[in-house]
Amino acid sequence: MWLRIEPRPEPSRLMRYLSPLLAVALMLICGMVLFKVLGKSPVEGFKVFFLQPMADRYSVAELFLKATPLMLCAVGLSVGFRGNVWNIGAEGQLLVGALAGGGLALHFPNSQSPFLLPAMFMAGALGGMLWAAIPAWLRTRFNANEILTSLMLVYVAELMVSWLVHGPWKDPDGFNFPQTRMFQSKAILPVLVEGTRVNAALVVALGALVVGWIFMNRSFLGYQMKVSGQAERAGRYAGFSARRTVWLGMLIGGCCAGLAGVSEVAGPIGQITEHISPGYGFAAMIVAFVGRLEPVGIFFASLLMALLYMGGEQAQQYLGLPYSISKVFQGLLLFFLLGSDVFIHFRLRLDRGRK
Amino acid sequence: MQRLKSSITLLGLGLLAASPLAAADPAPTQVGFVYVSPVGDAGWTYQHDQGRKEMEKALAGKVTTKFVENVPEGADAERVVRQMITGGAKIVFTTSFGYMNATEKVAVAFPNNFFFHATGYKTGKNMGIYNARFYEGRYLCGVIAGKMTKSHIAGYVAAFPIPEVLQGINAFTEGMRSVDPKAEVRVIWVNSWFDPGKEREAALTLISQGADMITHHTDSTAVVQAVEEKHKENANLYSFSYHSDMSKYGPKSCLTGTTHLWGDFYTRVVKEVMAGTWKGTNVWGGMKDGMIKLAPLNAAVPAPVKTLVVKLEKEIIAGKLHPFDGPVIAQDGKELVPKGKSMTDAELGGMNYYVKGVASTLPKN
Amino acid sequence: MAPGLVSAVLFATVVAGTPLILTALGELVTEKSGVLNLGAEGIMSVGAVAAFAVTIHTGSPLLGVLAGMVAGMAMSVLFGFVALTLQANQVASGLALSIFGVGLSAFVGKPYESQTLESVPPLKIPLLSKIPVLGHALFEQQALVYVSWIMLLAVAWFLYRTRWGLVLRAVGETPVAAHAIGYNVLRIRYLAAMFGGAMAGIGGAFLSVFYTPLWVEGMVAGRGWISLALVVFATWRPLRVMLGAYLFGGAMITQMFVQGSGLRLDIPAQFLSALPYLATVVVLVLISRNRSTIRLNSPASLGQPFMPDA
Repeated sequence: MWLRIEPRPEPSRLMRYLSPLLAVALMLICGMVLFKVLGKSPVEGFKVFFLQPMADRYSVAELFLKATPLMLCAVGLSVGFRGNVWNIGAEGQLLVGALAGGGLALHFPNSQSPFLLPAMFMAGALGGMLWAAIPAWLRTRFNANEILTSLMLVYVAELMVSWLVHGPWKDPDGFNFPQTRMFQSKAILPVLVEGTRVNAALVVALGALVVGWIFMNRSFLGYQMKVSGQAERAGRYAGFSARRTVWLGMLIGGCCAGLAGVSEVAGPIGQITEHISPGYGFAAMIVAFVGRLEPVGIFFASLLMALLYMGGEQAQQYLGLPYSISKVFQGLLLFFLLGSDVFIHFRLRLDRGRK
Repeated sequence: MQRLKSSITLLGLGLLAASPLAAADPAPTQVGFVYVSPVGDAGWTYQHDQGRKEMEKALAGKVTTKFVENVPEGADAERVVRQMITGGAKIVFTTSFGYMNATEKVAVAFPNNFFFHATGYKTGKNMGIYNARFYEGRYLCGVIAGKMTKSHIAGYVAAFPIPEVLQGINAFTEGMRSVDPKAEVRVIWVNSWFDPGKEREAALTLISQGADMITHHTDSTAVVQAVEEKHKENANLYSFSYHSDMSKYGPKSCLTGTTHLWGDFYTRVVKEVMAGTWKGTNVWGGMKDGMIKLAPLNAAVPAPVKTLVVKLEKEIIAGKLHPFDGPVIAQDGKELVPKGKSMTDAELGGMNYYVKGVASTLPKN
Repeated sequence: MAPGLVSAVLFATVVAGTPLILTALGELVTEKSGVLNLGAEGIMSVGAVAAFAVTIHTGSPLLGVLAGMVAGMAMSVLFGFVALTLQANQVASGLALSIFGVGLSAFVGKPYESQTLESVPPLKIPLLSKIPVLGHALFEQQALVYVSWIMLLAVAWFLYRTRWGLVLRAVGETPVAAHAIGYNVLRIRYLAAMFGGAMAGIGGAFLSVFYTPLWVEGMVAGRGWISLALVVFATWRPLRVMLGAYLFGGAMITQMFVQGSGLRLDIPAQFLSALPYLATVVVLVLISRNRSTIRLNSPASLGQPFMPDA
């Protein structure tokens, strides 16, 4: 007896939006069971993990701070994913963006120009795009699979950061520790809400969401990408170039990831170290999927994802659970989402009798 | 956004009310610890956690402690430190170099709380720093190695060329050559604080290149275990552990180790803070302060060597012996410290070279 | 170089390459059936912790390896359910498996972090281990090293010399055609993914029970990702997997030997570490640049879901 799925006559719009909620619910149930198994009260566990990170003004601000790079990366990725361009190297593009933007800050340690920060964002976007252009070029010129090349380049980027902070960019007054100088004040993003760390990068991220929404829903180019993503052949008949889809998808993804990199180094970190991103580029893929590749969805999904990170910290302090529980939740969430997504296009049937 | 925030804040008010805010005197003082890696069973973080437990025991009833492990050294550290404070902690210890700037920022924001950062260099009105003179233990390990080696080669598995690691390598070399002038020390950088596979490979590499005294400045027990295994083939192959006493992992072959003891220090500063007598901390404690100790010597160490080590240990504690007493000669032959003088703390802090006797070359980067 | 040193370098290279061969071989078979499972890092982690725990409790490394294998298979069934039965995006499913597996292993493995295992003695092959230089390096290894060679030959033989190997490749090339002539594409892909999971589980077991031997969070340290790169680097050919694994392993080992011998090494370590990834990109470009080389080398329907009724 095999489970069989059969296509729905038409994709279910309802399921499309219900599916993420279903996934979150399943993850929560799983989480409660997990707390129970570990001998913790499920209610207490839920409170600590999912409510405590929103307990006060500062924590809520932190939630937005943590969500900012996720939002940026995810909105860029979603443009590509819609066009079937599988850029899974946002982590690397984020790092190169951070290097480009941060490098500018280090190069002008005394600049008083108000344009320094905008220039850093520009440099970051270019850096991210440059790193994304490599898989795009290899794909369009040599037909090399962008999933694999963009992934490989993540590791190259990580090693590049490591080399720079251990070598040429090391803070000369930093006792040989692997990090650069702190950025000067003109290269640090202004804080939006006094007493918190939430900064101007959030505005950039929200702006990216708006631009992303307009691009996807109101522009001809965005429409073209969607069509060629859904049916490459149809797109080609209609005169859309597959090549352009790849380039656009990769470059937009790289641009946003690069911005995210700058938002971290010019925001809460304030310098370049080996620990710029705890895997935002990968987590952003989960965010993009859970957010249905749509800016509004991504907004909420990135906050949820930030909550999972912060819940893990809380669970350690108040429940004595290891931090890795965050990753378990993240993995479960994506699994459940992918699982429930199937019901958008399909129905499940039990297939008795064998072929 | 403001609206969203206030509604969520309301939601959390119930939780906040439950947390102990500025309670009266009898309530115990809460002390928080931020760790960079999982506590595990040995290594850097394990020793800090041992210190936390000792302090908790010594001040039983007066303090409660909590910790967060595996905190990345990026943007997250600041939040964790801050949430420890808002969660009721009066004092927070941050135990990795990468938390320096985060700790400083929170210390400025919370002038009535107290912060202690391990291994960094930034201090403040309410922020102290502390570290230990690990190199003193390294020197003694080097002496034992020099007495026991047959191949006159020691192997050193190291993580990153920061001053603390270089102090260890150089002190070990000075110690070894003080009793065996022919000795040389070979270093392999694994470029990771923690990769048991690579650490083991590096140890085996050094062994196959003739080293019979092996030590490490990385965070796992892999090196000690690798040596224990190879000890079966070469009875004169020994290891020296670091951070923790790892004799459990090398009962036959681990001769001793430089262990870190933070308990007394933690107890002392927490007491000072509670009594209101704390006035800034810039502690760089060594054997004298009980922050560094050799693990119990293995039975394989001959009695005369034991006696020598005990004597040297006493001299270090008494301040009569400094591992970097002049003349200290750099690898390229330049005299760094003339005879009759010792290296200053500032010079130690900026160490970025090998001394004579280290056979490897320092990667340039 | 002295013969003893050559032997030591070779020995260490073989050891370092073994977990990569095991995992990459499994992934190769999976990918040959048209399934891209990016979860190797997670599977290895879970395999490593399962193997370690069972070895601790039973005292038997053999049972430990079996446990790693079963755990790896369980992980790949989870992946299969989402990516094959439910036809979710394979890239995303693999990524989920990776994140989940690394988290789960850390979580489950907590109580084992403090425990130690007696190291398993190597298996000396009579006569062969007496060969000068090579004998020690090749024939005084852990049993799993020989297993990796046997599996290498077995996979090569299976893929290119048996009917079922042909079917598996057909499923990876043109699933529609394979389905049309009556093969159950889904079932074959499941089996291929499970084989991949089992091998990655054994790869993890090698790390925790034979290589280090210990369990700590994060000990797989990226070897799963390197294995994925390796499959591409090897252009989906079993014997080239071995070559690649020993090249990658050998590069690391040689660098250590150079350092230990005191020779000056002015290339930054990070550059050497980046080489496997760069080499993989280059190989990928070389084989992809025209239609015939890519068809010869990579499974045509890699990563694409197959729906029987489409």
